[in-house]
Amino acid sequence: MANLDFSSIPPALGYLFGQGMVVTLMITLVAASGGILLGLILAAMRLSHRRWISVPAVLYINFFRSLPLILIIFTFYFLIPYVLGWVLQSPFPVKVGALNAAFISFTLFEAAYFAEIIRSGIQAVPKGQIFASQAIGLTHWQMLRYVIYPQALRNMIPPLLMRSLILFQDTSLVYVVSLTDFLGAASNIGQRDGTLTELYLFVAASYFVICFVISKLVNRLDQRMKTVR
Amino acid sequence: MNYNWDWSVIYSMSPDGVHNYLQQFAIGMGWTVALTFCAILTALVLGSLLAFLRMLKIPVVNYVAVTYVEYMRNIPLIVHMFLWFFVLPELVPVDLGMAIKKMPQPWASVVPAFFCLSTYAAARISEVLRAGVESLPRGQFQAGAAIGLNEFQTFRYVVFPQAIRIVVPALTSEMVSAVKYSAIAYTIGVSEITAQSKSMQEYTFHVFEAFAIAAVLYITINWAIIFAMRHVEKVIALPGMVSSKQELGA
Repeated sequence: MANLDFSSIPPALGYLFGQGMVVTLMITLVAASGGILLGLILAAMRLSHRRWISVPAVLYINFFRSLPLILIIFTFYFLIPYVLGWVLQSPFPVKVGALNAAFISFTLFEAAYFAEIIRSGIQAVPKGQIFASQAIGLTHWQMLRYVIYPQALRNMIPPLLMRSLILFQDTSLVYVVSLTDFLGAASNIGQRDGTLTELYLFVAASYFVICFVISKLVNRLDQRMKTVR
Repeated sequence: MNYNWDWSVIYSMSPDGVHNYLQQFAIGMGWTVALTFCAILTALVLGSLLAFLRMLKIPVVNYVAVTYVEYMRNIPLIVHMFLWFFVLPELVPVDLGMAIKKMPQPWASVVPAFFCLSTYAAARISEVLRAGVESLPRGQFQAGAAIGLNEFQTFRYVVFPQAIRIVVPALTSEMVSAVKYSAIAYTIGVSEITAQSKSMQEYTFHVFEAFAIAAVLYITINWAIIFAMRHVEKVIALPGMVSSKQELGA
């Protein structure tokens, strides 16, 4: 049984939270907002009755949902420069940097999951609302915008928050493209001081406290919204 | 920008000097399937046990089971992986720690990955099973008690057979998740599909081909699980309950 020595952690707190956690939160926020936006579009496409609109959305969602995030992260890290080079007609792959690559891959990946949450939120709205919108002559997009989405939003908020919390945990996978997120920062300190064991225990404890508290808050919100419904 | 498509690269020699990349992917597929299969089986047993403990409604036992699930759910899987791989050998008695560290490859990576994935999946599966148990009418538990079964017998013969059938669709998606989670085992050195894809990208720079092969393999495994589970669902469906939708032709 090794003697644990946590003394290297207090001086490193500024680095761990000031830099590492900031990167983690940045990726979480960008991917959550971008993913929800893209997810809204995908969900609307998926619910369309025109097959040429709904089929691409279904393919996109199923494609990303059947692959591991970690595979997406490092593949896109190499892939995005090529794709951008092709889009921009540049003769060379376009350099984007690990952080931007992470923003793009997380957004594209999470959009597939957000789209499914949004879709089930929309489908939980009673059918009568659709008939009512059609009866007053709204188009498909007007119906979604003014009737369905405002009501569906209420169903979706707790699961969307829960998914964002999973996203917050999943951002630790940027470790594989050597980005210094919270886990990466802890690994750096641990390797420098030879205290990897203590640092990984600290990371686990920090994630646990943060995620436990937030998930309890989301559950409470969920309960409150259920009573309103 | 022209990308150099070249599928023949899969026949070129990989860095290990023995297998070409196609063979490496076959090996990777083997590890992914083996690791996931063992993890799912173990997780089903552990998860059922946890669901049983939660059914007992004994405060202390319940508290332990809830703590386990929360511990698993609120820490990222990659951190769990590192805890099993880097931290555990340091926390156990020195002799045992040395024995763990001296395990030959690939077992030094595969064994911690297996423990990590199965304990993680067990927490998630126990939640699914618990939802199934709680969806049963109270009369089922009382009927079990009335015919003189003890708690475990009630769970084993009355509650569990019904609960697991109700949650088959949710279990299927947990299994598909387990396949995807197994990719994280590559961070501690298991040479599964994702690891092979990464190695091929780094040595040949054929990013698209390496990704395409890995994607096809993962999609194949997931489809196989979904089709197999659909069959299982039909075979074990409770008459008049799960399959009632099909009977109505809806």
